Amino acid sequence: MSESLKLSYTVDGGDFVSAGKASEGVKRTLKSIGIDPAVIRRIAIAMYEGEINMVIHASGGTAEIEILEDKITIVLQDKGPGIEDIEKAMQEGFTTATAAIRELGFGAGMGLPNMKRYSDELKVESTVGVGTTVYLSFNV
Amino acid sequence: MKVSQIAPLIDADTVVAGDGKKEVSSVYAGDFLSRVMGKAPADCIWLTVMANVNVAGVAVLAEIPAIVLCEGVKPDEMLVQKCLSENIALFTTQKSVYECCKLL
Ligand SMILES: Nc1ncnc2c1ncn2[C@@H]1O[C@H](COP(=O)(O)OP(=O)(O)O)[C@@H](O)[C@H]1O
Ligand SMILES: [Mg+2]
Repeated sequence: MSESLKLSYTVDGGDFVSAGKASEGVKRTLKSIGIDPAVIRRIAIAMYEGEINMVIHASGGTAEIEILEDKITIVLQDKGPGIEDIEKAMQEGFTTATAAIRELGFGAGMGLPNMKRYSDELKVESTVGVGTTVYLSFNV
Repeated sequence: MKVSQIAPLIDADTVVAGDGKKEVSSVYAGDFLSRVMGKAPADCIWLTVMANVNVAGVAVLAEIPAIVLCEGVKPDEMLVQKCLSENIALFTTQKSVYECCKLL
């Protein structure tokens, strides 16, 4: 692969039925171009966590994926409420999800920790009242 | 064990047969989707009482070929549809999560 391949998705806020579509699309593309299945699994899970966060905590957002020769980067961007204390949000079990959301199986407070665990690099930039950008990178 | 061998062991009904020939190598029990994605190994049997469509989404992304809904929980119609389209096995059983763990 000499040039980079770019994918982009719009993620709808509050739509729990189609939540995960972008991550599933990325997974299919990575499989079709022959990326190592173990790496695909890490990417798919980390991206799903980010996608779900935009659905639950923001009013949706965008996902931009770039597939380069030696790495894959994912940028998840939303114009949601932002994160007040990123360090706290990164802690296992910390969540502001409502009871209704937890009843759907989301809101375990493990999303950001999973993203950190499964990626090679995670950066979270957030401004309260403006939005959040999550940058994930994976070495391939 | 193969996916097709799961149902008789736990008196389960097969809602979606999935890929019967697929080898499963472990069992994971849990309901919080992020916990499952963080801890469940690929190619496991997933025991849960969660029955919405997102369960299939997680199974797709985490490479889980078989879902067992325990304690008599019935799947949402959309969960069934997604398991069909993604070829993921879906079983239901009256047995508890604990009993299924013992039997599998
Ligand atoms: N995109 C986002 N916009 C606003 N807040 C967010 C976003 N992503 C995460 N958060 C905040 O960080 C917390 C922890 O996120 P996470 O680890 O994914 O757990 P969970 O989603 O289960 O709550 C969330 O409860 C929420 O308060
Ligand atoms: Mg989350």
